[in-house]
Amino acid sequence: MSFSLSEEGLAELDRLLSRYPDRAAAVLPALHLVQSEHGHVPDEAIAWVAERVGLSPAHVEGVATFYTLFERRPRGRHHLQICRNLSCSLMGAEALVAHVSAKLGIRPGETTPDGMFTLSVVECLGSCGTAPVMQVGDAYHENLTVEAVDALIDRLRAEG
Amino acid sequence: METVLTTHFADERYRGIDGYRGKGGYGALRKCVSMPREAIVEEVKKANLRGRGGAGFPAGVKWGFLPKDLSRPRVLVVNADEGEPGTFKDRLILSHGPHLLLEGIAIACYALSIHRAYIYIRGEYAREARILEEAMEEARAAGFLGKDVLGTGFDLEVTLHRGAGAYICGEETSTINSLEGKRGWPRLKPPFPAVVGAFGLPTLVNNVETLCNVPWILENGGERFAALGCEKNGGTRLVGVSGPVVRPGIYELPANANLKNVIFDVAGGLRDGKALKAVIPGGSSTPVLRADEIDVTFDIETMAKAGTMAGTCGVIVIPEGTCMVRALSVLMNFYAHESCGQCTPCREGTGWLKLVVGRIEAGQGRPGDVELVLDVCDNMAGKTICALADAAVMPAQSFIGKFRGEFDRHIAEGKCPFGNRF
Ligand SMILES: Cc1cc2nc3c(=O)[nH]c(=O)nc-3n(C[C@H](O)[C@H](O)[C@H](O)COP(=O)(O)O)c2cc1C
Ligand code: SF4
Ligand code: FES
Repeated sequence: MSFSLSEEGLAELDRLLSRYPDRAAAVLPALHLVQSEHGHVPDEAIAWVAERVGLSPAHVEGVATFYTLFERRPRGRHHLQICRNLSCSLMGAEALVAHVSAKLGIRPGETTPDGMFTLSVVECLGSCGTAPVMQVGDAYHENLTVEAVDALIDRLRAEG
Repeated sequence: METVLTTHFADERYRGIDGYRGKGGYGALRKCVSMPREAIVEEVKKANLRGRGGAGFPAGVKWGFLPKDLSRPRVLVVNADEGEPGTFKDRLILSHGPHLLLEGIAIACYALSIHRAYIYIRGEYAREARILEEAMEEARAAGFLGKDVLGTGFDLEVTLHRGAGAYICGEETSTINSLEGKRGWPRLKPPFPAVVGAFGLPTLVNNVETLCNVPWILENGGERFAALGCEKNGGTRLVGVSGPVVRPGIYELPANANLKNVIFDVAGGLRDGKALKAVIPGGSSTPVLRADEIDVTFDIETMAKAGTMAGTCGVIVIPEGTCMVRALSVLMNFYAHESCGQCTPCREGTGWLKLVVGRIEAGQGRPGDVELVLDVCDNMAGKTICALADAAVMPAQSFIGKFRGEFDRHIAEGKCPFGNRF
């Protein structure tokens, strides 16, 4: 299958390539671009990126799977990532995970059957002073309570 | 108390270049470009500025490690990968004072004749990355970055490079591999980055907070900076307090602030009348202290004498009623997850620590399991390519050393005395 980015994405990639002394250094930025357009890094994108940056597909695959932010499979529309490292756990993260799990009927790592939500438990998000914390897409939700999480999930569901 | 970094953070406008310049921002850079380059490095040495990324290496000394020979270009890598649990200080700087970082970068690069800087920011910090990109645009347009900085003929290109969710990429040689487009595998040292670093070039790696102190040092002098702290530890520290305290957050305090005061005065003590059980003083990998051991100051030497480390000054406050086996189990899951897998003692060791501490917590521990954990630790510490293995060992040994009774009770009773929760 053929793969490409949008016109804009291609222009952005060219700009990125010019920023490094070595094309290979653009692998991570290129994968970020792919994921921001496609929601995940599809198989076809691996060879495509490899060709662009002058590396083997095996190298790019190795990189794409090393870093947890790159999704190799499609995820739910909204990815709920709850931190369960120590500061967050001390502030109730475990109860929060259990609550969201029960509310959505999925365990961490799973996606709701309607494809709306994926729930993940993640490591420290660098926001320990406002624990517990959940990242959804690019946004951080801090000082979370069960009520706040409920309101957020309901809003995301209503937005579709 | 005098502050170096956070003085204007409450002012929204400080994030933009006009607000920053309104507070005297980029004045230090302007001053520097008319100084001899060695004199800038000399000020940083006099300041007793220690690295804020965790290891506390003297910044001026590290700057001096770059080879004198200027025929090969050299590189600055700014470490904004902040991932050590309990640490959230760099995020505050990136979102409130992006120009402070850019000015620090520009001064360091000017002083060391570096024309290429890369800011390696953790992938999750998407908002902070946007703030930085915007600030970089502003700084370029104003002539503080880019070609011919301030009309001096000095060129400086700064590139923002986003990571993608691997804690290990904060280890400096892993940062470099990741920047080069490889898996974030740490490199064997030597060669040290100062000799062979990013793209094969001599490379300086500094933490965000470290560099942000540089403009103040050049504005006010190294000696004044040194005087803000104590012997060998100049300036202030961004101390982060997390856990159930009344006022969690980041506080800028003298480099020798007292840990007990930080928790009970600055952060207001524990919430809901809880009693203190234990404290992790400097990020998750620093050895834990019991409540009766926290009357210590944050300077690197005092912390070492107390058997722990100032680390990143990420203070995690653990209240009475917390199961220490469960707390350790959370940390062991983390290190097992984040080990890059290159070295057998670390890959296997972190896996065993996770497994055995986890089964003790679950009430399935066997007699001898605590000894097994300690034995695994012995086989890891100091035997690996990077310090992640040690980072996992330190909490394991210290939790067992100070709370041994809880581990033994889990095994003897076949269940968690705290009911398997926090
Ligand atoms: C496992 C591991 C993770 C690290 N993570 C970070 C980090 O997220 N940020 C950071 O600045 N330094 C981190 N460090 C320390 C860096 O290797 C390096 O010492 C530091 O960036 C140097 O900057 P400094 O001298 O200004 O402190 C880490 C070290 C190890 C062993
Ligand atoms: S010590 Fe662990 S994290 Fe560091 S290089 Fe070895 S396996 Fe990787
Ligand atoms: S422990 Fe959850 S954000 Fe740091």
